[in-house]
Amino acid sequence: MIREPLIFEISAKGKRAFGLPKLDVPAKDQILEGLAVRDEIPDFPQVSEVEIVRHFTRLSQVNYCVDIGFYPLGSCTMKYNPKVNERAASLGGFITSHPFAPEDMIQGNLEVLKRMEDYLCEIAGMDAFTLQPSAGSQGELTGMMLIRACLESRGNPRKTVLIPDSAHGTNPSSAHLSGYSVQEIKSNQAGTVDLEDLARNMTEDVAALMLTNPNTLGVFEWDIKKIAEIVHAKGGFLYMDGANMNALTGICRPGDAGVDVIHINLHKTFSTPHGGGGPGSGPVGVKKAFMPYLPVPLIEKRGGRYALNFDRPKSIGRVRSFYGNFLVVVRALAYILTLGPEGIKEIAEVAVLNSNYIRKSLDQEYHLKYDSPTLHECVFSDKVQKENGILNIDIAKRLIDYGVHPPTMSFPLIVHGALMVEPTETESKRDLDLFIEAMKKIAQEAKENPEILKSAPHHSYVRRLDETTAARNPVLKWVREKKSGVSRT
Amino acid sequence: MSYISLSDKDRKEMLDKIGISSPEELFRCIPDDIRLTKGLNLPAAMPEPELLRHFEALASKNVYAKCLSFLGAGSYVHFIPTVVDFLSSRGEFVTPYTPYQPEISQGTLQAIFEYQTLICQLTGMDIANASLYDGASAAAEAVLMAHRLNGKAKVLVARALHPQYRQTIGTYTKNLAVTVEEVGFGANGEIGLEELAKKLDKEVSAVILQSPNFLGVIEDLKKIGELAHSHQALFIVAVAEAASLGILEAPGKLGADIVCGEAQSFGLSPSFGGPGLGFMGCMKDFLRQLPGRIAGQTKDVDGNRGFVLTLSTREQHIRREKATSNICTNQGLCALRATMFLETLGQSGLREMALQNLQKAHYAADRLTRIKGVKKKFAGNFFNEFVLEYPKDAKKVNKYLKQKEVIGGLSLGSFYPELGNCGLFCVTEAHTKEEIDRLARLVKEGLR
Repeated sequence: MIREPLIFEISAKGKRAFGLPKLDVPAKDQILEGLAVRDEIPDFPQVSEVEIVRHFTRLSQVNYCVDIGFYPLGSCTMKYNPKVNERAASLGGFITSHPFAPEDMIQGNLEVLKRMEDYLCEIAGMDAFTLQPSAGSQGELTGMMLIRACLESRGNPRKTVLIPDSAHGTNPSSAHLSGYSVQEIKSNQAGTVDLEDLARNMTEDVAALMLTNPNTLGVFEWDIKKIAEIVHAKGGFLYMDGANMNALTGICRPGDAGVDVIHINLHKTFSTPHGGGGPGSGPVGVKKAFMPYLPVPLIEKRGGRYALNFDRPKSIGRVRSFYGNFLVVVRALAYILTLGPEGIKEIAEVAVLNSNYIRKSLDQEYHLKYDSPTLHECVFSDKVQKENGILNIDIAKRLIDYGVHPPTMSFPLIVHGALMVEPTETESKRDLDLFIEAMKKIAQEAKENPEILKSAPHHSYVRRLDETTAARNPVLKWVREKKSGVSRT
Repeated sequence: MSYISLSDKDRKEMLDKIGISSPEELFRCIPDDIRLTKGLNLPAAMPEPELLRHFEALASKNVYAKCLSFLGAGSYVHFIPTVVDFLSSRGEFVTPYTPYQPEISQGTLQAIFEYQTLICQLTGMDIANASLYDGASAAAEAVLMAHRLNGKAKVLVARALHPQYRQTIGTYTKNLAVTVEEVGFGANGEIGLEELAKKLDKEVSAVILQSPNFLGVIEDLKKIGELAHSHQALFIVAVAEAASLGILEAPGKLGADIVCGEAQSFGLSPSFGGPGLGFMGCMKDFLRQLPGRIAGQTKDVDGNRGFVLTLSTREQHIRREKATSNICTNQGLCALRATMFLETLGQSGLREMALQNLQKAHYAADRLTRIKGVKKKFAGNFFNEFVLEYPKDAKKVNKYLKQKEVIGGLSLGSFYPELGNCGLFCVTEAHTKEEIDRLARLVKEGLR
């Protein structure tokens, strides 16, 4: 197998892959006088165009992706990314727009943003949306800051945020960055919020409950209205992490169930590609009471024209430059318009059908800690396989040999050895069956030949990597090897 | 149109397997009183040809696309080599997620490792992360990082740091034990050294400024860094126009402890301001406080080199509320494009691009200041942006230019009330001499 070198290792003095037209203005000497400048950037690459093309083509071939196959990474909603959305987002009128261009010259952009806000309001049952947050966790931060601003205006920002023990790690982190301490709420035997624990902890010091619904087990919080009542009765607010909105589109609206503030991930529910880790988009929806605090600017429609309103004295300010990840919004809008209301509802219907089909097909081989009905995802564990010394990571690595991306393992923390499977709605039965068959074979192998799992993957470009050494002796960049040996940083 | 892959027969077989007769039964776990009883009020589904027509019509409402523009101010137009679009649109790069499974994500991971190396080379820092959202949030993260490092509460922020970066720092620090104080700029456009010296005391956690700053002026980093360090404050340099690093000395070589900023200039179109690419590098001692993903090199069981996400004990999924940042999804594909862009331009291309920006901007400034009544506002040296002062409100001049489909320098009155007659011009390698001359002709006409 060809091992693709680092670009720096094939670089050689004098090679080029780029040139500019000759300078067409008279060159002026002495411009750089007195400035700290440099003649060259030490070790910066010098390669030819064909080397660039082969380098990245080869690197692409050692990546697994949604376009290749099934990617049931739970809670990440790795659905198919429609190609027409890419085309829409590459139109010249969009990509050349400068963020400070005069309003009347970028009416198309403002219309895209405003209509997206309106459609998200309709889908989530909220009164207003901001599209500024760059990803889900920035959405959480924005949402919690909005809650804080609203409470402050009532005289007391409060101290604590309640978060169920099943939550994603970004929730406590975002709450902390908003100036709150975090109190964990227990899950009950059904895997949902323990109402007694909630009522006990819900005091007038509590600003909000951050609730993921359906939660990370894929279980819908049946008591959501009661939960909202408990929180509201003490003057707190209900924040919903809408990462799992894919289970609910067209079925039920968080805003109708007492949710005050919500974020949605356009790169999950609305199919924008994950790009190897972004760019995403994490719009935040609010009820009326929070509208004065939304980030600046707000997009408004006045007499058929769209305008940006910066004059908002109560706003929390901004959480980034400009108007958010605009091109991600273009893709998501294309998706909503392609699907229409029936198609949007079908997202949830088929995502939930696919997930339950997998659950039912594997519940003999793999342990399910909670037997509550689940929606778009289900969380198995390695409890059965552990008897043979096999952990979730071994199952995951063996799945790679069968040509499937492993499920999520890092959470929920309430399931030890978790295997969180989210198939999404776009998968064919054939791909679901390939996964089910692979999982069954692995369950069999765990009993009969556990070593083959322990040493998996066997057929990938690299095999199991030493992550401990990577963290203990970090090598985080390439450096020219010195004669005496490898230098590290 | 839908993207569902199930046939009627598939659905039937799956329902049979589950033991139900309709998908509806799967939603019984949602109480009836919060179920939607009618369809969503959204436009009817659009087949692909109609959808494209619709979006082409929307995009064509952006008449800005037809204009000759001299806007910069945090979003820049630079030539993007064809290979960048071609290679970065491969599904293998576009459609995976964060490389949690390194064995099948080596393409993304090796590219991040190369990206981190390039950022270190450009900034002169020891280490860099895998990206942050944008320049503004990167600046805010840098301020929070400094606070974690030395526990001090006060941050001095240059007034010539991009106004939206300052605003974002304000939002991020508002609810935490960090206070922000501004340091103004002097007559030459550089940070006011006397004011800075006066405001520096042992309570100051960090000094953060931008270079070239929002007014285009290149700051004397060495002097400012020494001043900051003499008060045990950290020195954070933000770079909003990353192309300047092709010619200006690496901030890390001039005393910066943390370098952060926006790398949209490296292979990303302006795109109405997003997605961009936040970057951050720092000294190696700060590693445990660096926010965001980091890729590292290691070996597999056969001894082959490979790359993994590492040092995740800093991150939210392990550390939860004690994490260095709440960031999870970042700007992966944008960082990949920057990697492709930088490796394609290479040593000579990046320098050549930077030099052309410098020369053309200086040509434009000279050309424009030959017009009667037009003055360069600040004497400080500049890279590809500069501020001109008109004898009247810059908005009025811009209005005239706009009629001629030319977008002049950004009117600064709404950012700095005292600069109402000033415009911030950006000239890059993408402008031709003919276009610069046309601008000068029209400015002259507009002032008549």
